Amino acid sequence: MPSAIEFRDVVKTFAKSSGGLQTVLKRVSFSIPAGKTTVIAGGSGQGKSVTLKLILGLMQADAGQVFVHDQDITRARGRELERLRTQFGVLFQGSALFDSLTVFENVALPLRERTEKSEVEIRTLVEASLGQFELAGHEEKYPAQLSGGMQKRVGLARAMQLKPSIMLFDEPTTGLDPVMTREIYHLFARTQAEFGFTSVIVSHDIPKIFNLADQVIILNKGEMDVFASPEAIQWSEKPHIQEFVKMTMGDIYQSHLVEK
Amino acid sequence: MNGNPIVNLGNTGLYIVTDIGKMAIFLMKSLRGVFRHPFRLQELIRQVHFVGVGSLAVIFFTAASTGMVLGLQGYYSLNKFGAEGMLGSAVSLTLIMELGPVLTALMVAGRAGSAMCAELGIMRISEQIDALDCMAIDPFRYLITPKFLATLIAVPLLTAVFDVVGIAGGYVAGVGLMHVNPGSFIQGMQTSVTNHDIQLGIIKSFAFALLVVWICTGRGFFVREIRGAGFGAESVSRVTTQAVVLSSISVLVFDYLLTAVLL
Repeated sequence: MPSAIEFRDVVKTFAKSSGGLQTVLKRVSFSIPAGKTTVIAGGSGQGKSVTLKLILGLMQADAGQVFVHDQDITRARGRELERLRTQFGVLFQGSALFDSLTVFENVALPLRERTEKSEVEIRTLVEASLGQFELAGHEEKYPAQLSGGMQKRVGLARAMQLKPSIMLFDEPTTGLDPVMTREIYHLFARTQAEFGFTSVIVSHDIPKIFNLADQVIILNKGEMDVFASPEAIQWSEKPHIQEFVKMTMGDIYQSHLVEK
Repeated sequence: MNGNPIVNLGNTGLYIVTDIGKMAIFLMKSLRGVFRHPFRLQELIRQVHFVGVGSLAVIFFTAASTGMVLGLQGYYSLNKFGAEGMLGSAVSLTLIMELGPVLTALMVAGRAGSAMCAELGIMRISEQIDALDCMAIDPFRYLITPKFLATLIAVPLLTAVFDVVGIAGGYVAGVGLMHVNPGSFIQGMQTSVTNHDIQLGIIKSFAFALLVVWICTGRGFFVREIRGAGFGAESVSRVTTQAVVLSSISVLVFDYLLTAVLL
């Protein structure tokens, strides 16, 4: 299967405020298959968001390369980087909607700034999109007037406007109640089935998020473990993965661990 | 911070050099945004309104009170030498060459510069600027360039308003209250103010506008990378204070340098 994203021997180090260096990614290599959903999981400070920023070219790796559809984003600059980024749609943890713009203006922003479409065409597209994400009637509201779940839907509608081939979700259900979380997962599944994009989801919401995953990557102390399916995690012999399974999945895989 | 003072000194030196480099690149990218498509004319007009029209009341009251104080103080000093007739000259030259550009820049730094810094800082910590990057929308062209252009347009115009209101204030104090001859006030102003003096005032107002908008937008844009700023809302408040202080000091230092070079 062709890969949409590929990490080759990527190293990322940060200076600690107390002095010294912390290596978040130690020569990490993996690939994310096109058209599938990959979940990146791991504890806080293990480099999940750093991985997303490296994919987007928002952060530079200290060593190694990150390929997006076989093009090295670590070397891309200026217009080339902008062109590569048009392949991405991103749903941020806090939605990152523009406070001073209405729902309509937020969703229309990429079309206004990145395409030559007329205002009439933009209105038609945005209204259709708002209908699709069940946001009709909220066009003139500002982000502060929306619930967390609605903000996520606006963020998703905005991210989808340029028809990205890769969607990145950074902790998409943080701060949402269980009902809203389930609703957002349904929305992900539905939009991916409709548009067929590659999904990369960074989440703490384990094991629920694993229901969406085709592949799971677990980050731990700068190293990565890649599993071809969520079920494959339980077969890992590595102690830190077994610990992770125990901590995050509890009863679901507990019976298997007891057997082992 | 490390316990070793030499390491700390080295880290501080590296931080300062990196910061200057980042700010220089920031300035270049902000100015380059003028030539990038599509140009945001409506946003430019909105920003000119915010910086210019929004600052008019502050400029008016500052200029009127400064001009009146200059009128009274000037009269008091010149009267000792029997030279009250020079009051128009003293007030107008002081305002046009020094106080107009400097006080206008300080008022704009306090009112509009702080708002720009806080706005960008909040946009940075809430990932709105990252969102622009991810949508392949140049944040410089979209956010920063209109603020640069608006400040460069509005500050020289505000300085002109400051000069006119200040001179009027000086006239009211000198002629209205101290009974200086109105003819000699106007005559002194006409004979002493030259094109060179006005040019100096205009050059200063452009230079100060650039300093204020550069420092205030730059600090807000880099809010996460400023050492000791902390995190979240606290970092925005600290960096906003730092931006206003730094831009005000820069205006005063550059005022001396420009006066020394151009006078």
